[in-house]
Formats: sequence, C-alpha cells, structure tokens
Amino acid sequence: MRKTWIGVTLLLITALVLAACVAPAAPAAPSGEAPAPAPAAPETGGIQIPQPVEGKFNVAFVYVGPIGDGGWTYAHNEGRLYLQEKLGDAVHTAYLESVPEGTDAERVIRNLARAGFNAIFTTSFGFMDPTATVAEEFPDVYFVHISGYLKNETNFANLFGGMESMKYLAGMIAGARAAADGQTKIGYIAPFPIPEVIRHINAAALGMRQTCPECTLDIRWIFTWFDPSLERQAAETLMDAGAYVVITGADTAGPVQAAGERGLYGIAYDSRNACDVDPVHCLTVPYWEWGPFYTLLVEQMMDGTFVPDDFYFDVDSGALGLLGFMEGQEPAPGVPAEVIPLVRDVLDQMLSGEMNRFDIFTGPINNNKGELVIPAGVSLTQSDLEGIDATIAAQTGREACTICMNWLAEGVSPDAELP
Amino acid sequence: MSAVATPRATKSERWRIERAPTQPLWLTILSPVILVALALIVGAGLLSLTGSDPWLVYRRMAQLAFGSAYGWSDTTVKATPLILAGLGVSIAFRMRLWNIGAEGQLFLGAFMATGVALHWLPRDTPQPLMLLAMAAAGFVGGALWGLIPGLLKAKLNVNEIITTLMLNYVAIQWNNFFVYGPWSERGFGLSPQFPRNAWLPRLTDFAADFPFLRGLTAHFGILIAVALAVVLWVVWRSTRWGFEVSVVGDNPRAARYAGINLTRNIILVMALSGGLAGLAGMSEVSGVVHRLQERFSPGYGFTAIIVAWLAKLNPLAIILVSYLFAGLLVGGDAIQPAGIAQLLQGVILFVVVSGDMILRYRVRRV
Repeated sequence: MRKTWIGVTLLLITALVLAACVAPAAPAAPSGEAPAPAPAAPETGGIQIPQPVEGKFNVAFVYVGPIGDGGWTYAHNEGRLYLQEKLGDAVHTAYLESVPEGTDAERVIRNLARAGFNAIFTTSFGFMDPTATVAEEFPDVYFVHISGYLKNETNFANLFGGMESMKYLAGMIAGARAAADGQTKIGYIAPFPIPEVIRHINAAALGMRQTCPECTLDIRWIFTWFDPSLERQAAETLMDAGAYVVITGADTAGPVQAAGERGLYGIAYDSRNACDVDPVHCLTVPYWEWGPFYTLLVEQMMDGTFVPDDFYFDVDSGALGLLGFMEGQEPAPGVPAEVIPLVRDVLDQMLSGEMNRFDIFTGPINNNKGELVIPAGVSLTQSDLEGIDATIAAQTGREACTICMNWLAEGVSPDAELP
Repeated sequence: MSAVATPRATKSERWRIERAPTQPLWLTILSPVILVALALIVGAGLLSLTGSDPWLVYRRMAQLAFGSAYGWSDTTVKATPLILAGLGVSIAFRMRLWNIGAEGQLFLGAFMATGVALHWLPRDTPQPLMLLAMAAAGFVGGALWGLIPGLLKAKLNVNEIITTLMLNYVAIQWNNFFVYGPWSERGFGLSPQFPRNAWLPRLTDFAADFPFLRGLTAHFGILIAVALAVVLWVVWRSTRWGFEVSVVGDNPRAARYAGINLTRNIILVMALSGGLAGLAGMSEVSGVVHRLQERFSPGYGFTAIIVAWLAKLNPLAIILVSYLFAGLLVGGDAIQPAGIAQLLQGVILFVVVSGDMILRYRVRRV
C-alpha cells in the first residue's frame, strides 16, 4: 500500500512537471512593459482581454513568444505600441503572446477574426498556413503575415525585410573584433534550416570575411525560435569550440549574456534594447523597426487603399537598424575603432539605397566547400534569396529560384552542413 | 557473546500516510465539485493580486470555451486526444502499471498514420478505407511503443515508469528525424499536407449542406473517443478480463494464486494502453493538423495522466474531466499576458490534484 502511494505520488509529480515543461514556457513575469492602456478597452489591471472595441479600427497581433523576450516579439510589440500611439483613439490594438505554431495558432487566429477584429498581424513563420486558411474564411478581415511568402489578392499580405543587409554589417563587426584580438572563430546560433535563416547566416559570413579573411563561422542549429535555455546552451557549446564572438539568430539575448559571462563578445538580434543585458560585451544588434510599416499598412486599411502584396523592405526604408550606428547612436565600447568608419561607410550607402541585399549576394561567391555558387557578375534574385522553389512558385505565381537559398557561403565552417 | 538479547524499543513513533479505507459515496461524488470550486477561489485570489477582476476573467474564459457552438467545437477538438490518451493510460493504471509514455505512443501512432496517408497507400484510396488503415496503423504504432516496456516489465521486471518515460523522448526524436528528414516538406519541421481523403471529417466539411456548421472544426475523432469510453466502461463492469485486470492491480500475488496469467496480462494491457494513445495521435494528425509536424502535441500524453487520475480511472468520467481540461486550455486564450493564463491553469491543476490526494489518503500514527 505504501509502495503504491509512493508510486502514485512520483507519477503525479512527474506528470505535472512534464505537462508544465511541454506547455510553451513563459518567463516568470513580463518585464515591466504593460500593454498600452486603451480607454474603454476590456482591460483589467495588468491583464489584457483581447477583444475588439466598438467604434474603433481593431488590430490584433499574434506573437510566437512573450512580449518580454527582449528580442523578436518585443520588437513587434514595440511596433504595436508605436501604431497605437500614432493613430491614437482611432484604433484599438490587442495581442496574444506565446502562441504555439501549428494547430493552436489556427484556433487563436480564427477566434480573433470571429471576435470582430478588423486586421490581424501574425508574426512568426509557422503562422503562415493557419493565417492563409483563416484569411480565406474571413474575406472582410485584413491579414498580414510576417516572414512568409503566401498572400492572396483580396485581404492577405505578407511583410518582411532585408535583415540580411544588417547581418552583413554585423558580420563585419564580429570579424573585426576577432581579427583585432588574433582570433579566427565566430559562432552563429541558427533557429531553423529555412531560407530566411540561411540567408542571414550567409550574409554574416560574407561580411565577416570582409574584415577577417581567415575567420570561419561555426553554426549550431537549435530548431526553435524561442527557448531561452537552448539558446544559451548553444552559445556555450559554440564558445567551448572556440568561438570568440557569438551571433544569435534566435529570439532572446541569452547568448549575449552567456558570452559576456566568459568575457567574450556577442551580437544580439531583433530588438533595439537587446544589448541592454550586457552593453560592454554586446557589440551591436541588428534590429527591426516595425512601427512605421504597421502604421502605414493600417492607415491604408482604414481608408480602403490597402492592396495585399509581397512587402519586402531594405535598409533605405528606415525599418531596419544597427545599434550604435544609426542617427544619434554611438558604437558599443567593444567595437574596434578601425572598423567603425568602414561600417559607417557601407551603412550610409545602404541608407541612401545605393547598396542593398542584392549587392551583398553578387558573384563570384563560393559555398563553404569551395565550389562556385554565384558566378562573377551575377546577382541573386528576390526569389533566389527567399528560396522560392518550383512548388512555392506554382502556389504563389512567383518566379522560381535558380540559385535557391539552400547553400552555405564561404566563410561558414567547411564541415558545416544543412541539417 | 551471551545469549541474552538486548531489549529493543518495541514501539517506534512514526507517521504513516495511507489510503483512507472507505470513502462515503457523497464525498466521492461531491469531491470533484468542491475541489474545482476551491481551485477557482484560489485562482481568483491570484488574479486579484495582479489587480484584475477575477469574475470578468473567469466569465470570459468560460465564454470562450463553452459559451458558443464555436467554443464547444474548439473545446471538443482539444478534448478528443485527451479522452483517447486518458483512456489509454487508465487501462494500464487499473493494473497499477504506471505507463507515463502516452506522449511517445501518441507520436508513434501519428507517425504510422502519416506513413499510411502519404507513403504506404495510394493517394486516391477511398476515404473510409484510408481512414480505417490509418487508424489501424496508428493503433499498432502506439501499441508497439507500449509493448516494448510491457515485455521488459513482464519478462525482466524492468521498471515501466523509467522505460515508458524514456521512450517518450525516443519517439519525439524519431518523429523529428522524419519531419526534418525523409518526410520533410522543404526542410521545414513538417510533412506535406495529407490528401483530403485522409482527413477525418469535420463539422465544417458539411457546411455546403448545413451552413450553420461553417468554421466548426470538431472532427469525427470525438465519436470514436466517446464510443471507446463506453466500450471500456462495459469491459470493466461486466467482463471476466476486466475483472482480472482489477484483481491483478489490487493484489498481484492473489491474482497469481487465482490462476491469472500475469505475464500475458501485463503485455496485453501495455499494448492496449499504448494503442489507444496511438489512436489519439492518429486522430490528431488526421482530424486537426492534417500533416505530421514537429511538436504537434502540446503534451496531451502527459496531461492525459492527470485526466485519468482525476477521473479515478472511470472511462465515462474521463470524458467529463477531459472536457474540463480542454475548456481550461481554450479559455486560456482569453487573457494576456499568456503567463497569467498558464499560471492560472497551473494553480487550478495543483489545487485539484493535491486536494484529491488529501481526500483519498489519511495520515495515521503507527
């Protein structure tokens, strides 16, 4: 009897722990950023009830992580707050955070549409199919999906930007830091082997080679966008393998913190505040400014001029940033002085539109095995960059890629493979 | 040494926690109600601490989960895998076999069903045949995954808690390998979508004839789940084998003296237990996800353990408890930040489980 009791106790504890672990983990507390108080909105205390408000243009955001992640989702939430501030009383915004990609997402998006929201922004790649499905069911609701490739002709657009340009500059800074200290290894934390991530890795590697020709870029695939402990763990293994600077492509600033703890350097991602965790060891952060675009699109929806499109912006749009180098900012103390003018120069060209993502991916460029991938004088097309293969091309009516984004550029460690 | 024995303390002051010998019927019936009410009160206290109005939050949660046909449909979608997996683990629990591998068995079931839908049967197989084959494959997949720890337990007396737990991770990684590798769609963590004839019919699929069903995603799996619950209820109540399983669970030694074949029963029960969880996996990929995907289950197999326990292993009660849990999950979308909803879910769970424990056991000095 007693044995049984112990068994049962162990069993239930295990079950509770496992059930808790598998549920999408949320940090203990959202870090102080309370949702913007909207008058007459169904909000109660620090808690928000995502429901539309009558008489306003209601916009809902579906986030993959918590708004307190200090990265990807934080940046999107800043964009939402910007939108709320710019358009004021005319709009009501709401959000749902930590929504798992997949089937739960479809239910969440459908419920928002059903509840009466006028526009729904979904901000993770895995929300693409669910958004497309629900967009078809609710022709009167506008949908914008971030980071995918699907859209329709009436009410569903996709939106993304050329972060690769900023990753290129980040690579330059990382390479310069390593070269200045006689190091040759840099690490990159890669979420998923999809064109977006591969494109960013390649851009970082090409940038790195500009300032440190003998450097190599080591990669760890973590198969998640948001997992604080996995992200940190990946940073640790990269540093164990000799990485001097860790660049993260995932959602939190944990890897930068981990690098700082060892006295090494990190480059964060996504949000302007990501370097706050360790300003000394954080070299820079390529970040997103979603606010202006959100505002523009919502304004178009409100006055009826919105046309669903494949929106893809580059540095000259002002929607991309590189911490330390934008107007009014100073480079972090860890950035070597000799690389600062170089980065400023390239960034100026990008800001003026003189240079963009296509210039970065102009041949001759080899892959990490030394084989020529982009011949001299040839530039990748937008379809190449996004890896629009024959299937997607047929599905979307876009041009198919010829040099599809499924290769790793020179500079990436020669033994690295796409999983 | 002298033969004189040193006198020893004959009585030790010890406390013992043991199962209360009897529980009055009214307590059995009323205890879940009391516990849920208590949990809601504790949760309300917590919500008040965050400065919000608990009544408003609860009302909105209930409204989302049970307040409309859509709510019921969403809740049913979530309850379906919980019922199937909950029935699965309850079979093993009845024999005091602690199968905590339902999550892995569910993944294997989904894997096998996907194999049938995408690779092993022609794409234009008629729907009933396709679905039957997928269900059979799903059951077999889960059963195999339950059979391994079953055999180890029966033949070598290996602790099934450890083996079933570990096999969860193996199954999840196995699934990941296929969705990123051989069965992957363009390297993303998912397989291509199933052909339409491999989808379990959903209510919304009949919207052409019955427009009011549009957008209701509850699928055929719930009927299978409820039917199986009834079958199991009958089996426990009025079959010889059902009685045998209970006897083995209560007292294996007595069962052996009574001529019950323990080895055979352990293997059979573990296979059946896994098979039902496998069926949950099949129903989820065929009825909801329509493809195999990384992490398609948010831990249904683990939640099922709690469901089965709270339902006191009664198949019909499992349906009810699954619906309550599913409602809690669906209602969680009602409040943000998401951490608050999860906190609330955790607190409610904790109060109910621990309260149940207190009601079932007593502390006694021995």
